[in-house]
Amino acid sequence: MDINDIRSLVTVLAFLSFVGIVAWAYSGKRKAGFDAAARLPLDEEDSEINSGAQR
Amino acid sequence: MERQAAYNYDVVRQFAVMTVVWGIVGMLVGVVIAAQLIWPDLNFGVPWLSYGRLRPLHTNAVIFAFGGSALFATSYYAVQRTCHVRLFGDGLAAFTFWGWQAVIVLAAVTLPLGLTTGKEYAELEWPIDILITLVWVSYAVVFFGTLAKRKVPHIYVANWFFGGFILTVALLHVVNSMEIPAGWFKSYSVYAGVQDAMVQWWYGHNAVGFFLTAGFLGMMYYFVPKQAGRPIYSYRLSIVHFWALIFTYMWAGPHHLHYTALPDWAQSLGMLFSLILLAPSWGGMINGVMTLSGAWHKLRTDPILKFLITALSFYGMSTFEGPMMSIKTVNALSHYTDWTIGHVHSGALGWVAMISIGSLYYLIPRLFGRTEMHSVRLITLHFWVSTIGVVLYIASMWIAGVMQGLMWRAANADGTLTYSFAETVKAMYPYYGIRLLGGVLFFSGMLIMAYNVWKTIAGRKPVDTAIPAVAAAHG
Repeated sequence: MDINDIRSLVTVLAFLSFVGIVAWAYSGKRKAGFDAAARLPLDEEDSEINSGAQR
Repeated sequence: MERQAAYNYDVVRQFAVMTVVWGIVGMLVGVVIAAQLIWPDLNFGVPWLSYGRLRPLHTNAVIFAFGGSALFATSYYAVQRTCHVRLFGDGLAAFTFWGWQAVIVLAAVTLPLGLTTGKEYAELEWPIDILITLVWVSYAVVFFGTLAKRKVPHIYVANWFFGGFILTVALLHVVNSMEIPAGWFKSYSVYAGVQDAMVQWWYGHNAVGFFLTAGFLGMMYYFVPKQAGRPIYSYRLSIVHFWALIFTYMWAGPHHLHYTALPDWAQSLGMLFSLILLAPSWGGMINGVMTLSGAWHKLRTDPILKFLITALSFYGMSTFEGPMMSIKTVNALSHYTDWTIGHVHSGALGWVAMISIGSLYYLIPRLFGRTEMHSVRLITLHFWVSTIGVVLYIASMWIAGVMQGLMWRAANADGTLTYSFAETVKAMYPYYGIRLLGGVLFFSGMLIMAYNVWKTIAGRKPVDTAIPAVAAAHG
């Protein structure tokens, strides 16, 4: 096999893996999990700020 | 309180404050060299103050000192808060702070002395390159070590962007800085000829793509939802955004070498991937901006959100302009002109600086037990001063750049050039003046910020936040 065949193959595989990532991210059963993940930064209340270690 | 029960805010505070300091220093040097382009005598005949030595000092200071400190501060903050654990390795984290400051000081000494490798955005000589490597590897250990001991199962998307930025910058720095020392202050690159050029712009473009884009997108994915009080518009889009950026950015570098000795196919490849980049860039911008969907009224009253959303607008503008300028026929006009300078500052001032400033206005009061900066009105003032500054800067450079390009290529019927080079320089005067004004405005904004930060933290005790005892259940 020519080196250029391998180069083409890598390009195609990279593209397919990207398509796979898109399909994975947008599959219906992951929606709830992602919605919960999106709330990660918000679930911490800022009101706890003064309950921290005062020095 | 036990050490492990609180987040490590020490290193975040250090980097956050130094971001403001280095922002002022770096932008001041920028103002000085912008003035030198109008009045060359401003170097006062001192070699250390000559344009050629101060220009790399300006770029290193704003990118690596200001931008770098902002990235360290926000990534250390976001990774702890979204993982519900204290930063891994207190000592190592402290080393990244002092090590990075040492790199900056060494740059500020060696660049004016004329010690340089001559590689754009990688000018520092080899002993400093080694120190950068040590600091960067420590940064990676601290960051990924924190991820490894996280109490939350999911790795939040901002951490993916920060992680991608840290890994890629390590790779870029090590590959591009391969050099053979010839004494303590001199080295030669191991690459030669067109390979050297290609490695340099593979580095240079990905420094833009990963240092100045992926890292600051990490900032965006944490601080925009935080300040807006709403989750990111589409979490799924953020995943596709991340991978699309990772898959394409690496190949866009050759657009810096259009019409050079670089093989034609490589130039076309670089142009093609640059055009593809429009899609993930705009996907990310839309994701950030649409986070405010249904809460647009917040933009009217909240100057921090103004900073964050305006930053995203400039990100959208410059990532539209970039692919356009990578088209060979457009590049034939724009390359080597001030249009490029305008484009860079649309990204650097409009996107990078504004997203950092907005994030810092959120962050700094919270590191000192407050929920708000000393003066919200001064944030608003800062916002308008810097926005007008950026607009003046980039508009003047667009006009100057297009004019330069057209004058350089203008030819008479007999094939001779219509304009001498000096004539094109003379035509730049008014635009260089407007650019200087824009730069001075943006710089003044940083002084307003410094005053506001000072009033916010002076006399206040540093406050660390307790880590939530029970980790939230996230899938």
